[in-house]
Amino acid sequence: MDLSLSTRTVGDRTVVEVGGEIDVYTAPKLREQLVELVNDGSFHLVVDMEGVDFLDSTGLGVLVGGLKRVRAHEGSLRLVCNQERILKIFRITGLTKVFPIHTSVDEAVAATD
Amino acid sequence: MATVELRFSALPEHVRTARLVAAAVARRAGVDEAVLDEVRLAVGEACTRAVGLHQNGGITAPVKVSLIEEEKQFSIEVGDEAPHLPFVAGSPGAGGDEVEAEEDEMGLAVISGLVDDVEVTAGEDGGLIRMTWPTTPPVVPLA
Repeated sequence: MDLSLSTRTVGDRTVVEVGGEIDVYTAPKLREQLVELVNDGSFHLVVDMEGVDFLDSTGLGVLVGGLKRVRAHEGSLRLVCNQERILKIFRITGLTKVFPIHTSVDEAVAATD
Repeated sequence: MATVELRFSALPEHVRTARLVAAAVARRAGVDEAVLDEVRLAVGEACTRAVGLHQNGGITAPVKVSLIEEEKQFSIEVGDEAPHLPFVAGSPGAGGDEVEAEEDEMGLAVISGLVDDVEVTAGEDGGLIRMTWPTTPPVVPLA
């Protein structure tokens, strides 16, 4: 299973829908996508992880890198995830305190805090 | 000897193969279904770390994964051949690789968060991560 990526704009947010496996092999593609969005001026990102089957620390590193990039432009990076096995990885690494994690894209797009 | 042994070139694209094989052998060994996700993630992290160490060190040797079925337990050993020198603070060459060091630590953090029984050893000839999970005896399938 490879990584699938698609983006769409909802208001002032850019939603990145990710599917498949994010690991040491595929994470560079996600990194490129996030870098490209920020370079193009999209600073408010919502990463929809509902289609993600696997996530490892390389993937976490890319998301943290994305967060650093958008924050440099006073932007935001929100995650959408309901899968317990993916949430667990954020929890054991303490990253639930770093990323706002939402239960739906609608909720993430509407969030302003 | 190991139940199944795997050697792969230190390339990111092979880490997924190692995950799939490890999970399949763990399932057969009787590791609880609920824990297989953790096995998959932990072995992936260990292999990712080994691939990184080999690539950064220009080591052409393969990464070795041993899947070991024992009585009431299942172990996975991931071995690298990167020389792990005794850590000396401020030693030359220690700087400049902060990002890689961080990623390396993140992988180990995930492993230690996931696996209760984990041993990390390292020496001049390479390092080894050994992770062990309990198994339950396989249920004899109905004929």
